[in-house]
Amino acid sequence: MTKRTWTTSHKAVAAALAALIMLATGARAELLIRITEGADAALPISVVPFAENGAIPPGDKISEIVRSDLAMSGEFRPLPAEKMLSLPSRREEVYFRDWRMLGQRYVLVGELSRNDDRVVARYELFDVNQEKRILGETAAASVNSMRTLGHHISDKVYEAITGVPGAFSTKLAYVTLDTFNGKPRYRLQVSDVDGKRAKIRLESQEPILSPAWSPDGSRLAYVSFETGKPAIYIHELATGKRTKVADFPGLNSAPAWSDDGRSLLMTLSKDGNAEIYRMDLATRAVNKLTNHWAIDTEAAYDHAGEGMFFTSDRSGGPQIYHKESLDSEPRRITFGSRYNARPRPDDKGDFVYYVHQRESDFHIARTNLKTGVETVLTRTGADESPSLSPNGQMLIYATKQSGKSVLTVISADGAAAYSLPSPEGEVRDPAWGPIVN
Amino acid sequence: MKLSMHAKVLAMLLSAGLFAGCSSTGETVGDGTYDSDVAPVDDGSTVYGGDDEGGVSSSALSEEERMAAEERAKMEALRDITTFYFDFDTAEIKPEARDVLVAHAQYLANNPGQNVRLEGHADERGTKEYNLALGERRANAVQRFLIVNGASRGQIETVSYGEEKPAVMGSSESAWAQNRRVELVFD
Repeated sequence: MTKRTWTTSHKAVAAALAALIMLATGARAELLIRITEGADAALPISVVPFAENGAIPPGDKISEIVRSDLAMSGEFRPLPAEKMLSLPSRREEVYFRDWRMLGQRYVLVGELSRNDDRVVARYELFDVNQEKRILGETAAASVNSMRTLGHHISDKVYEAITGVPGAFSTKLAYVTLDTFNGKPRYRLQVSDVDGKRAKIRLESQEPILSPAWSPDGSRLAYVSFETGKPAIYIHELATGKRTKVADFPGLNSAPAWSDDGRSLLMTLSKDGNAEIYRMDLATRAVNKLTNHWAIDTEAAYDHAGEGMFFTSDRSGGPQIYHKESLDSEPRRITFGSRYNARPRPDDKGDFVYYVHQRESDFHIARTNLKTGVETVLTRTGADESPSLSPNGQMLIYATKQSGKSVLTVISADGAAAYSLPSPEGEVRDPAWGPIVN
Repeated sequence: MKLSMHAKVLAMLLSAGLFAGCSSTGETVGDGTYDSDVAPVDDGSTVYGGDDEGGVSSSALSEEERMAAEERAKMEALRDITTFYFDFDTAEIKPEARDVLVAHAQYLANNPGQNVRLEGHADERGTKEYNLALGERRANAVQRFLIVNGASRGQIETVSYGEEKPAVMGSSESAWAQNRRVELVFD
């Protein structure tokens, strides 16, 4: 879809920037408790409205999408367009002194043109202090996919500055609940990470929960009660084709994909008690990975893809455990309070994120796997279903606002970012999709 | 509360001889004899007929039958209760639920064709999947209790809804208490 035209040394720039970013993140970490001050440490960036040549579809403006994406990350503070002194669209029109005066660190300029049924964006990102271009590219998308193009540019800008791939082009899956004709209506939906372009994938009067993305983003596994009892389904998003893969007596729940997309971890109670099993999707054969009178559930593969994290109440209350390999002895990870559940590890092996009870409230917390230090990340009090963005920078979870379930996104170190609007009913059970190339 | 009142009212009516004729032997329970013994007990505690001073020796058998009928009616009334509550993150059957569950178990034992579905639930606190397992653990605890008290496994089906189907909306202690439950659903 894209063609790179920029060839300067990306690495050197990224290294220099990485140093800056580390300083910036370090500063931000201290602002955790005062979430409203998070913006002070955010990087000032100007996303100049793109010049338009030819028939560009009205509606969403690329620059607005990019500005909103970058603001959403909590790491950037985009300048409102009305405060800009000029509106350049190419390098020769950029006067660095103007942007320095406005306190800007970065400036993104660009222009859009029409090529048959596609819109082509040519854009450049400048470091204001160094008066240097750090990114230049052309990218194209169908005229109906302006938001796709906008999120793509956000990803590139984010990566050029932070050295970490952006996740603005990824998808969210979640479940909404409202009432229709006096009956509950559960809907499994997939949207952009900003909540836009939501599409309903499944509707049922019975609960739907625990959506989980396949590693390639093409399928969702989830639990649906549509037959009156919980069963695990795999849903191909492109075709809508669904397969019921686990419908044993008792629980069929908590699906989690292996890295190769060929097997699922799941919780079954067919042998009398909630245990974790691994199912080979080709043969549907299951083998049992836990064997304890306690509840064992909520498994997730670890970053190496060899072992797993899971919840067990074998100590008397739910706590997080880790198995180095699927058949090794579990090691307890959490000790900080009497209720810690639903682990979600990052993909570097640094942290595991989970639901943590402190006094009467439930928060999202993380434990540093090297030091064992636990940090509570949220200040809301009825938090559940944490899901990490694929670049490890953000975390989405469900919480309550005015008695209603809503989704909130924070940066992975806990600085507050944004809540997703929920125009009707409740929104819960978010799952952040993978980066798909 | 309401239901146990119901049970007690039934017991009172029974003592008053209004349930005469429902004894299993088909004999008529002597009426009138105990009328005077039935005080209009407003707190509804179980009422036993027979005043020592009245010394009604002629109806010793009827007395036994009446007691049996009373017991049956009491059990039947107990069975009006079909929801059982639990403490947070436990699946322990509360002492006050035991008599009622025994009544259900005996009813199932006496009616082998009758099936029951045990629906386990949790309150909204904590995680969805753990709560799903917790709801199942609660339903299983009730199932075991019913089996130990005479029901057969084949009569009982369990399902857990976790925190997905609260009985009461809201995030108060009282709502949570009402949502941590197992419901018995008879076909």
